[in-house]
Amino acid sequence: MSNPIPPSAAAPPAVKPASYLYLRHSLPVRLMHWINVISLTVLLMSGLMIFNAHPALNWGQQSYDGKPPLLEITTRKAADGHLAGVTRVGGHEFETTGVLGLSTGPYGELSRVAFPSWITIPSSYSLADARLWHFFFAWLLVLNGIAYVAYAFFSRHLQRDLAPTRRDWRGVGRSIRDHIAFRHPKGEAARHYNVLQKLAYLAVIFGLLPLIVLAGWAMSPWLNSLWPGWVEILGGRQSARTIHFIVAWLLVAFVAIHVFEVIVSGLWNHLRSMVTGRYRITADPRAEAGHE
Amino acid sequence: MSKAVGKRRLKVSPQAPAKRRFLSRVALGTGALMLGGCDRLNQSAWFPKLLSAGEWLSEGVHHTLGGRRSMAQEFSEKDLSPSFRGNGNTDPESADYKAMAERGFADWKLKVDGLVDRPASFSLAELRAMPSRTQITRHDCVEGWSAIGQWTGVPLSQVLAAVKPKPNARFIVFHCADTFDDDNGPVPYYESIDMDDAYHPQTILAYGLNGAQLPVTNGAPLRLRVERQLGYKHAKYVMRLELVEHFRQIGGGHGGYWEDQGYQWYAGI
Repeated sequence: MSNPIPPSAAAPPAVKPASYLYLRHSLPVRLMHWINVISLTVLLMSGLMIFNAHPALNWGQQSYDGKPPLLEITTRKAADGHLAGVTRVGGHEFETTGVLGLSTGPYGELSRVAFPSWITIPSSYSLADARLWHFFFAWLLVLNGIAYVAYAFFSRHLQRDLAPTRRDWRGVGRSIRDHIAFRHPKGEAARHYNVLQKLAYLAVIFGLLPLIVLAGWAMSPWLNSLWPGWVEILGGRQSARTIHFIVAWLLVAFVAIHVFEVIVSGLWNHLRSMVTGRYRITADPRAEAGHE
Repeated sequence: MSKAVGKRRLKVSPQAPAKRRFLSRVALGTGALMLGGCDRLNQSAWFPKLLSAGEWLSEGVHHTLGGRRSMAQEFSEKDLSPSFRGNGNTDPESADYKAMAERGFADWKLKVDGLVDRPASFSLAELRAMPSRTQITRHDCVEGWSAIGQWTGVPLSQVLAAVKPKPNARFIVFHCADTFDDDNGPVPYYESIDMDDAYHPQTILAYGLNGAQLPVTNGAPLRLRVERQLGYKHAKYVMRLELVEHFRQIGGGHGGYWEDQGYQWYAGI
């Protein structure tokens, strides 16, 4: 994976060139990354359409145990007779007209939907179509995820590039300060993921993604029957639905931070490395001088 | 913050502003293309067909894992929903149905025909006289909500034993009294399940809910419970069972009212 280009740089050169390209991401990783981009985008947008069919979240086995929903997005008549979009979270009500509960539809009409048409697939209300999209791309995400973990393990990408080293653990504090100050590793240090980056990737790969898939399975009545009661691990089917929703937004937060970090640490270099595989290392004279 | 970012960017490439403009155009264009593109794909003939590979995969894997006998979770009385939500049709409009309901379904009969050796009709009293099963299960609607109710009814396998299905019967079609209106008038509700679900021990024709007679809201006098699938499979106001080899010739040909509207026939997910 780290075959330097040009090949003359393969053996550690006595003097490193000031700037060179090396193969940062292997072809399977690049492919699987972009499959993730597509599937996660479609899953989020079709998922929000599915949510629109019953825009409320409960905790427990069921939706009608007498307790109010944790989250509810709805439309109601305001005091002056106008319609208003409202969002209720934990007993507090917010007016969210224009975005949540009441928004402009795909044909410019006023639409009483929880999430607006510009963020759903399809844009006009269709639970049937959204489910078709959601389950196809869910399979794609899961199969891609299994392929990735197998590849990462057997190619040692996981052990070599993602597992934090003892030195990484010691540098967590410094890495946090570096991130806050938008200081990014330069020179040879940029060839490795930093420790926060490693931990974020591992949390998504082995935490958030398996959890969202499990919560999705927990909503399937047939899969519930494979081992009656297993869904209570997540607190019940409606809790699973709530967890599925929350984890979806945690993944959105991860993607937002990921894209932000890509932009501030060299957008074109990163983008190229995820398309062609090649990443440019520019020597950092200060760091090289004091290299351990 | 933005200042530092700009400075860094300039150091990397002097053409940053042009690149940034290009990039924001690409982002905007991709966004618009994606949204419009998804809608266009959604309306094409081939793409939804490709997407339905997901249904085919789910059904295959679920049936391999679950087989005929995996049992839906059963609950206790303390888990019951205070009131069981009625959804979809909650009061069929046909005059025949209304008249029957007024007479307490005394003259209602369940017709069973199609690919059977002994077509028959059963009154409510006859169904009640057959062995019964009571189960507290969770009803999961395709919309996302769940409610828990206690259902009492006759196992479908009992009714099938009485009519003797022919070997080529592969599906049971449930013809219902309720209708949905479209441009051409009322469209009758119907559903279908395969023989694995038909013979499943928890598949019952329910005439009781929470210890009382099944109310009209929830499908009186008789509704299907097929516990490993979503709510729309649980046909309400059942009038007739028809055993068939395939359901291409019935309704819109997809095996159910909602299936004809684009929902999947396999509703275990």
